[in-house]
Amino acid sequence: MTAAHPARRGDLRVALLFLLPAGFGFVLFYAWPALQTFYLSFTDYSLLAAPNWVGAQNYRAAFGDARFGNALLVTVEYVVINIGVQTAVALLIAVLMHRLTKSSLVRGLLLLPYLIANVVVALVWYNMLDAQLGIVNAVLSWVGVDPVAFFGETSTAIPTIALVNVWRHMGYTALLLFAGLQAIPKSVYEAAAIDGASEWRVFRSVTLPLLRPVLAMVLVLTVIGSFQIFDTVAVTTKGGPVDATRVIYFYIYEKAFQQFDFGYAAALSVVLFVILAGLAVAQLRLLRAGSSDLD
Amino acid sequence: MTSTAIGPTWRRALGWVVLTLLVLITLFPFYWMLRVSLSDNRALAADAGSLLPAGFTLGAFERVLGLASLEEARAQGGSGASIDFWRYLLNSVLTSTLITAGQVLFSSMAAYAFARLRWRGRDAVFFVFLTALMIPPIFTALPNFVLMRDLELLNTYAAVVLPFFFMTPFAVFFMRQFLLGISREVEEAARIDGAGHPRIFFRIVLPMSRAPLTTLALLAYITAWNEYFWPLLVGQGEGVRVLTVALGVFRSQTPQGSPDWAGLMAATLLAALPVITLFVAFGRRIVDSIQFSGIK
Repeated sequence: MTAAHPARRGDLRVALLFLLPAGFGFVLFYAWPALQTFYLSFTDYSLLAAPNWVGAQNYRAAFGDARFGNALLVTVEYVVINIGVQTAVALLIAVLMHRLTKSSLVRGLLLLPYLIANVVVALVWYNMLDAQLGIVNAVLSWVGVDPVAFFGETSTAIPTIALVNVWRHMGYTALLLFAGLQAIPKSVYEAAAIDGASEWRVFRSVTLPLLRPVLAMVLVLTVIGSFQIFDTVAVTTKGGPVDATRVIYFYIYEKAFQQFDFGYAAALSVVLFVILAGLAVAQLRLLRAGSSDLD
Repeated sequence: MTSTAIGPTWRRALGWVVLTLLVLITLFPFYWMLRVSLSDNRALAADAGSLLPAGFTLGAFERVLGLASLEEARAQGGSGASIDFWRYLLNSVLTSTLITAGQVLFSSMAAYAFARLRWRGRDAVFFVFLTALMIPPIFTALPNFVLMRDLELLNTYAAVVLPFFFMTPFAVFFMRQFLLGISREVEEAARIDGAGHPRIFFRIVLPMSRAPLTTLALLAYITAWNEYFWPLLVGQGEGVRVLTVALGVFRSQTPQGSPDWAGLMAATLLAALPVITLFVAFGRRIVDSIQFSGIK
């Protein structure tokens, strides 16, 4: 780089100037707080007095905390249902759009829920899935099914919240996958057509392998996002019934902002961060995201 | 895409049926918000399944917008709990606008430094910026909350706005991608005319980037408008409460037995309306940006 401009020692000064506001924000609201959370996780801190160093005590407590274990389990259940259904439906939409239409209207309509606030989405479905007055239960009763308290029963609450968020994200995920499909050369499909391959066969042997790098990235992004489910729970069930929807994010929130146990909440945040980082690395390895079968 | 369409016509027809069904599932809840918000609470109880509003009335909107008296509101099955909609709307508009203005300007400046300037350590610093994408918001929320408390900024606009005001990793990344693609000749020409970098940035690069800047501003505004977690932590107070937080409070205030569904859905619809409007105006731009930023 310096070879092109041997006379100048680079633009360091002016770069610092341009970076000043963003750098200030980055250090103050991202980098420094992230380091602080690591530090706080080794302290006892209730906001009233200065943090008190307690070593690894918070982490030991986390391992013995049955409700944290439950929160992890509930979150995993949520992620599995949410990501499983969402990815399947999004793949279906993407393949259908790829085959049938390039219409930006269709793409736009499918994207709309993703732009609406989680809180709004949660409230609309809270109404539609209401045990007495919800339209979904009205439809179910027409086909002879007893009303279901979707948000109100321990067995249905997490699947319900997971599916509500499938509704919000399926179009967005489909658009990402659709972009990946468009990058697959048409010649591959033409070859498959000449060989007389069936629809399903083409999907399994051509589309899926060639889409893998994109699918891997999409999965990493959506799984990380899915683990951080909070808004929907906070607005509808608030962790209940009993502990059925007390997901990690909500549990940490309660520990910090309702019980003011900041040290412990920080330790749980670190655990969550480690889980997310580990998952991202594992997914990228397993799905060999970097390489396409096309090469 | 006719070239990839293998198989007989009925298969395409089936495909269209499924796709249409999925679009309908996507749109139905929006219609339902409207339907319930135009209904009368008592009629709703008797007529949960009709597709048209039950006992059509604009009463719910009047209640939410503060146009109905308390007695009228109660008579219509409103909870009587006041929701100061205009106030919360103003708070949402104000905070989202401030966040968008700061974030777009400062992130673009940083992106310029990462994309167009040459300095030692540039790529390393950019990588550090990007790692922030991996950090879950709750990870930084605890110390940021403590910071706001120590600065005595809790329940001020500043607290709601500041963490998103100077940058987001996404915004820097997004603008850098675009700025990398600008031809160097443009800058060289300006340099020969004696223009410094600030001048090049504000007079040449920013005007050239109108399209990505608009897209980024849209995305930033919508994200800020929809934010719930952070304003819930630092902006619960009536004076600075934004719409998302207000909806959460409204929902927990409605009695379990007979919630004011019409009022709740009217407020919900009104809260979503600005985003829906932006979407109708700029939908294609948003769709394109997602194909662009999601993959590269």
